[in-house]
Amino acid sequence: MGEYVPSQDLLPRIDRGETVAIGRLITRAEGDVPEARDALANVYKRSGKAHVIGITGVPGSGKSTLVAAMTAKLVASGKRVGVIAVDPSSPYSGGSILGDRIRMTELANNPNVYIRSMATHGEMGGVARSTLATADILDVAGFDVIIIETVGVGQDEVEIVKASHTTVVVSAPGLGDDIQAIKAGVLEIADMHLVSKCDRPDANKTLTDLKQMLTLNAAKIAQSAWRTPVIGVSSLTGMGLDEFIAALEGHRKISVSSEGDKRRLEIAAFRLEKTAKRMLLEEFDKATGSARAELAHRLSRKEGDPYSFALDLVRSVTQ
Amino acid sequence: MSQPIRVLLAKVGLDGHDRGVKIVARTLRDAGMDVIYTGLHRTPDEVVNAAVQEDVDILGVSLLSGVQLTVFPKIFKLLEEKGSKDLIIVAGGVMPDEDAEAIKKMGVAEVLLQDTPPAQLVANLKRLVSERGPR
Amino acid sequence: MTKALDKATADALRAQEKAWEANEVAGFLKKAGETKPAFFTLGDFPVKRTYTAADIADTPLEDIGLPGQYPFTRGPYPTMYRSRNWTMRQIAGFGTAEDTNKRFKFLIAQGQTGISTDFDMPTLMGYDSDHPMSEGEVGREGVAIDTFADMEMMLEGIDLEKISVSLTINPSAWILLAMYICLAEKRGYDLNKISGTVQADILKEFMAQKEFIFPIEPSVRIVRDIITYSAKNLKRYNPINISGYHISEAGSSPLQEAAFTMCNLITYVDEVLKTGIKVDEFAPRLAFFFVCQADFFEEIAKFRALRRVYAKIMKERFGATNPESMRLRFHCQTAAASLTKPQYMNNVMRTSNQALAAVLGGCQSLHTNGYDEAFAIPTEDAMRMALRTQQVIADETNVTQVVDPLGGSYYVESLTTEYEKRIFEIIDEVEKNGGVIKLINDGWFQRHIADFAYETALRKESGEKPCIGVNKYVDGTPDPKIHTHPYDYSTAERQISRTNEVRKNRDNKKHEELLKQLLVVAKDPNQNIMPVSIELIRNGATMGDLVETLKTIWGSYRESPVF
Repeated sequence: MGEYVPSQDLLPRIDRGETVAIGRLITRAEGDVPEARDALANVYKRSGKAHVIGITGVPGSGKSTLVAAMTAKLVASGKRVGVIAVDPSSPYSGGSILGDRIRMTELANNPNVYIRSMATHGEMGGVARSTLATADILDVAGFDVIIIETVGVGQDEVEIVKASHTTVVVSAPGLGDDIQAIKAGVLEIADMHLVSKCDRPDANKTLTDLKQMLTLNAAKIAQSAWRTPVIGVSSLTGMGLDEFIAALEGHRKISVSSEGDKRRLEIAAFRLEKTAKRMLLEEFDKATGSARAELAHRLSRKEGDPYSFALDLVRSVTQ
Repeated sequence: MSQPIRVLLAKVGLDGHDRGVKIVARTLRDAGMDVIYTGLHRTPDEVVNAAVQEDVDILGVSLLSGVQLTVFPKIFKLLEEKGSKDLIIVAGGVMPDEDAEAIKKMGVAEVLLQDTPPAQLVANLKRLVSERGPR
Repeated sequence: MTKALDKATADALRAQEKAWEANEVAGFLKKAGETKPAFFTLGDFPVKRTYTAADIADTPLEDIGLPGQYPFTRGPYPTMYRSRNWTMRQIAGFGTAEDTNKRFKFLIAQGQTGISTDFDMPTLMGYDSDHPMSEGEVGREGVAIDTFADMEMMLEGIDLEKISVSLTINPSAWILLAMYICLAEKRGYDLNKISGTVQADILKEFMAQKEFIFPIEPSVRIVRDIITYSAKNLKRYNPINISGYHISEAGSSPLQEAAFTMCNLITYVDEVLKTGIKVDEFAPRLAFFFVCQADFFEEIAKFRALRRVYAKIMKERFGATNPESMRLRFHCQTAAASLTKPQYMNNVMRTSNQALAAVLGGCQSLHTNGYDEAFAIPTEDAMRMALRTQQVIADETNVTQVVDPLGGSYYVESLTTEYEKRIFEIIDEVEKNGGVIKLINDGWFQRHIADFAYETALRKESGEKPCIGVNKYVDGTPDPKIHTHPYDYSTAERQISRTNEVRKNRDNKKHEELLKQLLVVAKDPNQNIMPVSIELIRNGATMGDLVETLKTIWGSYRESPVF
């Protein structure tokens, strides 16, 4: 059937916004195809125009519906929007069923929207390994806003802060009495808090609780020029969406200020660390495969101890 | 590292019979594939757009409302317009044998009928991807 | 409460059974083992080697009772098929109203005693034939109906006082009912005398068949309006056919089919009672629709248990006092999902066995599937054979001579009681977890159905669930060539031209006025949507006119699928 198109050849097509080329380079980033690294490096250097927004929240908080609603708003205001929707892989098979597109059906045929579903493939922290590379590709392809919707397993999805310029934490009424953001350990990471489903009567309590909790945390927040807003929205009635979009715009202004430089540095440091660690692991796997099997046998026969054997393995890669 | 096979499963047309497509989705997930499900009542446009954006290896179209001869020509036309050259198309559902033959002639790689054993389904899709080669 | 056996006799029987297991059975097993370590019904109920009177010792004799007596385990009527056979009601529909009218007349000429209408997907989903979503689907899987003119044509020359018509349609059911009412009025029938059924069971659509238009709440409100309107204006009409069939076809177990249907029943009755109508004013017209699957005795037990459960729910929970409110009457269809493409003539046997179980289970009407339905919608030839299957059972087997001939079977009675118990347990679980609508939103029913469907697929693959011609007795002989029902590609054009004709000739000013009124009524949940809908239809509105108008205020339902 088709023949292999070199990744470098995809670049001019991506610049023109050709969907097929964009999709293919993302696939290669996801598969960590060595042939694609130069092209991805090129993309990285040219990226940086788009506003990257991370959306996180516990299951059932209405993230996907919200992403659909905000995307529609942004597109209506003339923006081009890329959406990266991350879902968990099955721990048993490594496979996944990714269903986030269903909530975004109305956007499926809009030429100004690009949606990509992505599985975590064992990655912790709420984003997939190639999420950032994907954001870069969409950035150079001319998307103005890139929305990353995290897994939403409900806890420790803090990596999104280091992957996005603006992090939004979504809570919903009726999911239990506790403040979900606390339970999920993401209260502090938010640049803004959203309470979805505010067409429901029990939403007020969630809003009040969240505001109160943030006041208690005010000490930390006071150091920043940005006041973390708590915004009630309803994807059903459209309430609060304009306020939310305005807040995103406001935060973007901060993220290009000196405070923004700090954020960008954090993002770069994280990216560097992640990429290096992955490369190191790969090297390790490649370089020590046979030695490892041999050492394991010797270890099982008690011919040595795990600490010195492991050190040997590590040194064989790093020296 | 080898990447999981990416499959987009879509129900095209107005019928809502999703028993088969759900079984297929689970089977493929349990075989380690990434399955993107686009939900019920999709149009050929929506499905092709999604398949191209998601850059899946395989597009699986399930339909039980008899519209295969309307739907597949559209899908192939749209794919050509988009410049997608190596997408593998698989069909599933209830249809007469003549229709299955007809859509194969159009370029459908495989027509999966009711009661295709899960293991065979997985093996067939893996074969199709390996025959296509790296992309 | 009377027990079948006193304790001493039951204990003695149990001891005897134990000794039999230790002696005769054990000795026999030493010589030759059984084919499986344990045996289960298709619905996963463990079954014993054999059953004795001790197995029904705890079932009160009153729960078994007599046919036509509370709790109606043995049949809704005292004489059953001795007075009148079940209605042989083959579903049919394709092409335009003219095409379907011809098929109906053919079936009636073949001895069919009721008709049931299969609509095409656009009609089922509330789209006019010229809507972009309808492309390729007009008249394909059923008949295309857009306007009253279509309905009139479809039933032309059929005496609605003699032949009862069932409208198999759900989210857009109220519009079809409106058309039927317009037709009855035009022909001068007394509305309170016409019979028939409209399916209008929207909850199982959200759970299983996935034909839906609006979100759950307004959808249930429409059903409520159909029931309350009919209770006042169509006293002999069944305004709902609460259906387990589609739950089963989506992959559920027979138990889930039975229990989820009863959960839906409770939800509808609760909704209607909120309008202030008394239960006995509408319950006598509630009708049901179940599948008959392959496990012969399990299906019979399922039907018997359902009658008992329904009677108890209506009497004990809802305080019905009229016995008519407690009689469960059901239409039955053999299991389409059990049909196979390989060795397709085997489908005749499958269907025949399932039909026999349906009759022994006491159905009020029956549809038998065509042998070619794993290919396409059935041909006339396949439909004739399916109807003959019922006629053979009715006229040649003599199973109709005795009411509930399996009553008293230790196995069937024991399984009936077990089914009753488990159905009530599931009803309790659903209520404890927030009720039907919440659990549909949570995907609870959908997940249970998908799980059983997936298990069934795995069991077929492993051979644990035999399927002749598919995983057992597969032979290389090619099947004889099958002629499937052809699709006439001129259907859409013919259909759309009539719809346009209606649009052109109607009073458009009045039409717009009525659509505005429809919105006013829809926005006020205390009003009934039927009268203005009937007015609209009479004035030449299309189905799409009503549906699209209501979408502007109610929106569309989008499901979050579970796997």
